[in-house]
Amino acid sequence: MRASAGIVATLAWRNLWRNRRRTFIMLLAIAIGVWAMIFMSALMRGMTDEMVANGLRNLPGEVQVHHLRYRADPSVVNSMPLPAGELARELERPPVRAWSARVRVPAVIASERDSRGVTLLGVDPRAEQALGSLPQTIIAGRFLRDEDDRGLVIGAKLAQRLETGLGKRVVVMSQDPDNNIADRGMRIVGIYRARLQGTEDQFVYAGRSPMQEMLGIGPLVSEVAVTAHDYRSVANWYPRLATAAGEDLEVMPWTELDTFLASYLSVQDGFALIFMVVVFLVLSFGLVNTLAMAVFERVREIGLMQALGMPPVMILGQLLLESLYLLVLGLLLGNLLALVSIKSLEDGIDISGVAQGMEMMGMGTTLYPVLALQDMAMSTAVVIVLGLLASLLPAWRAAQLDPIRALNTN
Amino acid sequence: MSAISCRNLCKTFRQGEEVIIGLDHVNLDIKEASFVCLSGPSGSGKTTLLNAMGGLDTPDEGEITVGAYRLERMSKGELADMRLRSIGFVFQAYNLIPVLSAQENVEFVMQVQGLPAAERHSRAQQVLAEVGLTGLETRLPGDMSGGQQQRVAVARAIANQPALVLADEPTANLDTRAAARLMDLFVTLNRERGITFVIATHDVRVMGYARRLVSMRDGLIVADEQQEPHTMEV
Repeated sequence: MRASAGIVATLAWRNLWRNRRRTFIMLLAIAIGVWAMIFMSALMRGMTDEMVANGLRNLPGEVQVHHLRYRADPSVVNSMPLPAGELARELERPPVRAWSARVRVPAVIASERDSRGVTLLGVDPRAEQALGSLPQTIIAGRFLRDEDDRGLVIGAKLAQRLETGLGKRVVVMSQDPDNNIADRGMRIVGIYRARLQGTEDQFVYAGRSPMQEMLGIGPLVSEVAVTAHDYRSVANWYPRLATAAGEDLEVMPWTELDTFLASYLSVQDGFALIFMVVVFLVLSFGLVNTLAMAVFERVREIGLMQALGMPPVMILGQLLLESLYLLVLGLLLGNLLALVSIKSLEDGIDISGVAQGMEMMGMGTTLYPVLALQDMAMSTAVVIVLGLLASLLPAWRAAQLDPIRALNTN
Repeated sequence: MSAISCRNLCKTFRQGEEVIIGLDHVNLDIKEASFVCLSGPSGSGKTTLLNAMGGLDTPDEGEITVGAYRLERMSKGELADMRLRSIGFVFQAYNLIPVLSAQENVEFVMQVQGLPAAERHSRAQQVLAEVGLTGLETRLPGDMSGGQQQRVAVARAIANQPALVLADEPTANLDTRAAARLMDLFVTLNRERGITFVIATHDVRVMGYARRLVSMRDGLIVADEQQEPHTMEV
């Protein structure tokens, strides 16, 4: 068995190099196709990563813990206690990297000129910093110093709408658990700039303790946001938190909290696969042609092997193996090209010329390609499976040749 | 006991509208260790008969027995296996696989059979020595003369120690000297090893080597005679 496999492997390898020019051209075509698959996937992955990261910064976190009824009615009535017991222990264990308990209530903010409906966030700045959810740019003043800070940080767009500014006092109003108006005059200590104007317009930051005081909820909070800084692996670890949280709290991953973002991610993965298949379908014509030519040129030889008693399955195996050698060499070369080109673009690709529209989608002006083993594995699987399928027809035809006719072919 | 027995073999071919008779109720028995030539002009049916004996072609009617095998009852796969294990073939041209060296070509059939490498190497070197090709083991077919290539093909045909060798116009592409050397080799192998040789040829010099000459025309056996073999003049 080993000996017969040996002759099949020897014939396949040597026949591959009989027409070197044709083999090199096909090899190059496969390598460029594989490179294109991996490189495009890396670009798409880079785009997706940034979009999801920006989306999670606003959410924030990859997992959130709430009171059971909070999502249906996000008022202070549905607040929850700070994490304790088993949940607190789980939050300190890997893969959790950071978490933050925050007050989040709908509120009205009024300046001397105007008023707006906003989302009021009572936060612990250090915990939020670790979570990565703080505004990226403070354009005036400062951010909150700690959870007891009595200042207010608002977005530039909101400041513009309220016709107010740094150092001015505004009134913040919401409802306490008894449905009474809870309000407080606060001074604006910072103005932030966000990627999206909608964010600047909507989110207002205050210290957590002053907000708990204002709302009369004691140490209760609206939500706990948790991150492992790896949005793709969330399904692996959030069930542990859910178990630890018990039945009185709801633990949800970002894929359920923001279904649009989650569906975008699966669309991207699907698109990458479609792109790979399309690229390889184009390549497969070349591959089929190469193998068909190889069979056409070797009809008499194949007839001779059959006449000598080589079984059709070995002829089939020989031609499929020849194709496999070509595919594997093309894959190695293509993967190497992709590695080198993606590595050389580690510092990012400047897309500022075309990125104005992209900013609205939560994208920056620099695109960072992300090389993922998963994409390399997917392109390898696509190339091998489709390549062998494409080779099957010419190989099968060769195996079915009539030895007498084949030997007498001119 | 007959090495080969053919009973009422018929075979027709279609060429457009025309029906060509390849074999017309052919009956033939060939004993073990015979040296037989099938002779006749092109289209007489000698190659068709040879192919039928080798299980390469299936007759429309009739029975063929080769050793213990009833060929008309065997599947394509079984016929391939019989060819692999029991028959040596020498064709007119394109006898060798161009990407394999002389030794690898000789080992080809044994390797397909799955014989261990050591046994293959030793048998291949032995038969290459027998056909006078020692020293050319690593040469590719493209680097050998036509005569040398045919001798490699003979070495391959006998390496597996078959009881029967079928040769179709083995000297067609050889000059007289190379043809004589090849035929001498066939005779030696027939005498010393008892291998049955059936050779299809229209070369009268080759026919002289046979102890039995079967003449064919239009698919019929028109003469079947024993003769005193003689070698060709070089």
